[in-house]
Amino acid sequence: MASYATNEFRAGLKVLLEGDPCAILENEFVKPGKGQAFNRVKFRNLKTGRVWERTFKSGESIAAADVVELAMEYLYTDGQFHHFMKTDGSYEQVAASPTVIGDALNWITEQDVCQVTLWNDDPISVTVPNFVTLEVTETDPGLKGDTAQGGSKPATLSTGAIIRVPLFINVGDKLKIDTRKGEYVGRA
Amino acid sequence: MNDASDWRPTCSLAVLRARADILADIRAFFAERGVIEVQTPTLGLNSTTEPQIDPLRTTDGAFLQTSPEHYMKRLLAAGAPSIYQLGPAYRAGEAGRLHREEFSMLEWYRLGFDDAALMDEVAALVDRILGAADCRRIRYESLVGAVIGDPAELDLRFASAVERLGKGRWFVTDYPAEQAALARLRDGDAAGAARFELIVDGVELANGYHELTDPVELRQRMVRDNAARAAAGREFMAADERLLAAMTHGLPNCAGVALGVDRLVMLAIGASSLAEVMSFAER
Repeated sequence: MASYATNEFRAGLKVLLEGDPCAILENEFVKPGKGQAFNRVKFRNLKTGRVWERTFKSGESIAAADVVELAMEYLYTDGQFHHFMKTDGSYEQVAASPTVIGDALNWITEQDVCQVTLWNDDPISVTVPNFVTLEVTETDPGLKGDTAQGGSKPATLSTGAIIRVPLFINVGDKLKIDTRKGEYVGRA
Repeated sequence: MNDASDWRPTCSLAVLRARADILADIRAFFAERGVIEVQTPTLGLNSTTEPQIDPLRTTDGAFLQTSPEHYMKRLLAAGAPSIYQLGPAYRAGEAGRLHREEFSMLEWYRLGFDDAALMDEVAALVDRILGAADCRRIRYESLVGAVIGDPAELDLRFASAVERLGKGRWFVTDYPAEQAALARLRDGDAAGAARFELIVDGVELANGYHELTDPVELRQRMVRDNAARAAAGREFMAADERLLAAMTHGLPNCAGVALGVDRLVMLAIGASSLAEVMSFAER
């Protein structure tokens, strides 16, 4: 299997650490006086999102991880798995488990294009677009004239997610949502 | 980084000027003390046997010098007075925020000084460039803990301990005998080496010795170094016979120190990496 030596370490490199696929975030070369050289490295575990820090003696190697990020179209769910298709014309499909898809489910609808991270051809994470447009399916009636300030109220979106929206929003409105914060941005 | 449109310097013109002022200040400091500037070859026939330092070589086998130490000691053995040198040094494979394969080193030797006297002078120079501040002293063992475990583990503990020192100036003194490098051992081997390092704001800035003058002891250390090099898969480094011959002739009692000039400039202007204070850090 391919591997990388410490002098090849750079941000973005995908490697295997303790059996998990990780991306290098930072790599610092440390060499005290006349002593042994080290690389102090921060990794993001691509399965859990956690940040790990490890120190290597310079010259050591770690295995490369076969990790790719692809734009894939969300097709459907069979109730358990969520199916995505490559957008390169190959029609190849992969199935993401509920753990892998995680919170992404709150924001995606069929035909949305997401970033899917594949490790050895299996999906390990799904990143939704930063902004999506979703329709309100349930909320208290809107208050006419209140367009700027005032309070907020809960609204249920077509995906089932519930967010806070301004009081003037009505059922059937299409909203622009920031998926990173899960927040209402404006009417689409 | 190979894009030719990227031809501009990596440091600003203001930094270039600050650097020039610091170089001028360093030269004034030594002129006032009667220490003379010398220039020795950066391309030489020998290199260091240091177990953790790899030199760069030219195609005909010459070594880019990892420090001017051997040449400067040969000058001292030939009767030179106290001397300093300000110029480039090279170390293969050292690249990072605080490391470059090519860097600027200030190295100086003071006849009749011991490590304590030289530490005072190093502190005076640093006060002049960075502004006056207290410089505390801490023994290696107090900083790193008991000297047990394998050398790499000790080095890692040292690196972490240096970072933990945080802001401020520290001399780390009394290194273990195994890390004497070219320092003399204090009376009775157990007492450790007359070696010190200066740490400023968590950055190792200088490394100095009350110099070993005994060529027999030096040759033994070179053999030990090469055993460590072989164990680590590094190339064998022939002993520098000219240095040994010079020491047999007689190296006067002296103390010497090497200081990283790029790191000094970095600290002076509050930069966080060497690349910010070097005219071209594109390699």
